[in-house]
Amino acid sequence: MKRFLVLLLPFLVLTGCSSSSTWGWYVINPMTASGWVNVKFLISGMGDTILISVIAAVISIVLGLIVALPGLAKSRWWRMVNRVYVELVRSIPLLPMLFWVFYGLPIIFREMGMNVPIDPFWGAIITLALSDSAFTAEIYRAGIQSIAKGQTEAAQTIGLNYLQTMRYVILPQAIRRILPPLANQFIYIVKMSAFASVIGMQELTRRANELVVTEYRPLEIYSLLILEYLILVLIISAGVRWLERRMGSDERG
Amino acid sequence: MSETAIELVDVNKWYGTFHVLKDINLSIQTGEKVVICGPSGSGKSTVVRCINRLEEHQKGTIRVDGIELTNDPNSVAAIRSDVGMVFQQFNLFPHLTVLENLTLGPMKARGLSKSEAEAKAMHYLKRVHIPDQAMKRPGQLSGGQQQRVAIARSLCMEPKVLLFDEPTSALDPEMISEVLEVMVELAQEGMTMVVVTHEMGFARKVADNMIFMDAGEIVEQGTPDEFFGSPRSPRCQQFLSQILEH
Ligand SMILES: Nc1ncnc2c1ncn2[C@@H]1O[C@H](COP(=O)(O)OP(=O)(O)OP(=O)(O)O)[C@@H](O)[C@H]1O
Ligand SMILES: [Mg+2]
Repeated sequence: MKRFLVLLLPFLVLTGCSSSSTWGWYVINPMTASGWVNVKFLISGMGDTILISVIAAVISIVLGLIVALPGLAKSRWWRMVNRVYVELVRSIPLLPMLFWVFYGLPIIFREMGMNVPIDPFWGAIITLALSDSAFTAEIYRAGIQSIAKGQTEAAQTIGLNYLQTMRYVILPQAIRRILPPLANQFIYIVKMSAFASVIGMQELTRRANELVVTEYRPLEIYSLLILEYLILVLIISAGVRWLERRMGSDERG
Repeated sequence: MSETAIELVDVNKWYGTFHVLKDINLSIQTGEKVVICGPSGSGKSTVVRCINRLEEHQKGTIRVDGIELTNDPNSVAAIRSDVGMVFQQFNLFPHLTVLENLTLGPMKARGLSKSEAEAKAMHYLKRVHIPDQAMKRPGQLSGGQQQRVAIARSLCMEPKVLLFDEPTSALDPEMISEVLEVMVELAQEGMTMVVVTHEMGFARKVADNMIFMDAGEIVEQGTPDEFFGSPRSPRCQQFLSQILEH
């Protein structure tokens, strides 16, 4: 909370300058009627930003596990599948991937005789989920691998089979190492969701851009935009820290 | 009246091109205590781990309680249910309490009810002298206590044979004796034991058969009296003089 207030400080200082003629905080002054309309317009992008991020995160969490499992296989070929996917997806910048998914993918679908229109909403989600899945896959792989081989062996010597070993010994330990970094990845998704604005998604960033075009007040409007992301991210990271504490204290008993 | 519990016939194993085990022949009777020693890297752990299929051998035959170890999952499962193992690093499950560590195998692999499994667990915790630690996590116990929990965890599966791979090597000196004491008690109760250790005092006290390995071979074996009194091979003599010096 204290950190939050400190971060708020520069914003308050800037607001204090609003009497000077170079500042035009009136654009987003909620005390005036027109300012309030603008603020409402900006903040109402929050819903789409959150929705896109949450759906993309859920897909990425499932996709990441599917990609991670071949990476843990004994066979070299399965591990190769995992490596190629992770290295490839990880090296594509988000914006080109977004263009490829939004403008390119429908053409592939059409060539295959399927009519799957990709709207900005799903275009953004698919891109964010794909891009993030390379990272979540690595989190799963590292988390499961970090459980020492000795744990599997001990489970085997007391007669547990593969599924029981996973269920009772490996996953309960791995989950403590997987969940916090996975939640942390959510911050990445929220921030990257700003790119959805370029394909016309009316989320936080797009709305700020639109308002700047009509009001010519980029400093004030983008300041508010940054503040909006800041609040979102601070809430999520508080959640991550809570999760980390909980997971940590569990391990100690 | 004694019967063969474990039999290894011409067992060979390679890691890639590296020949770890060379024609290992070993026969262990029910109730017999075998102590294996030898320099680091000689293949002691590998022998023990082949007996319960944590490692696969490529040539030769391993039989436990009459069942031959093959790739057949049933034979592996059958042998694992007869053979318990105690590791150097304990390998307790850190996310479970001591009691849960002990009841997991009996409940999930043997289908015992929770109360049956807990009664059994408490019985064996008493036998290793730490019934009062049942509700703690492994991380809250000393190394010696953790290793005794690991022994109790193996005993809860009521194995016919117990394998120990350097069970005291990861312990502080003052904790070694409490673990050895439990092992001596087990030996006196008639458990069949295969123990990799450099604790020669323990070996003298309980071993029926001493085995010295070097470079993947069994170089020398015999009763403790023969073994310590008049080792034949120079390698074994040298090893013993080094280890008994301190
Ligand atoms: N997974 C493996 N891959 C390749 N080589 C291995 C592997 N495991 C063991 N080795 C090698 O096999 C040899 C025998 O190993 P083993 O662990 O059986 O020795 P050890 O007698 O138990 O030694 P220590 O006293 O150090 O425990 C060593 O040279 C070791 O480096
Ligand atoms: Mg060893």
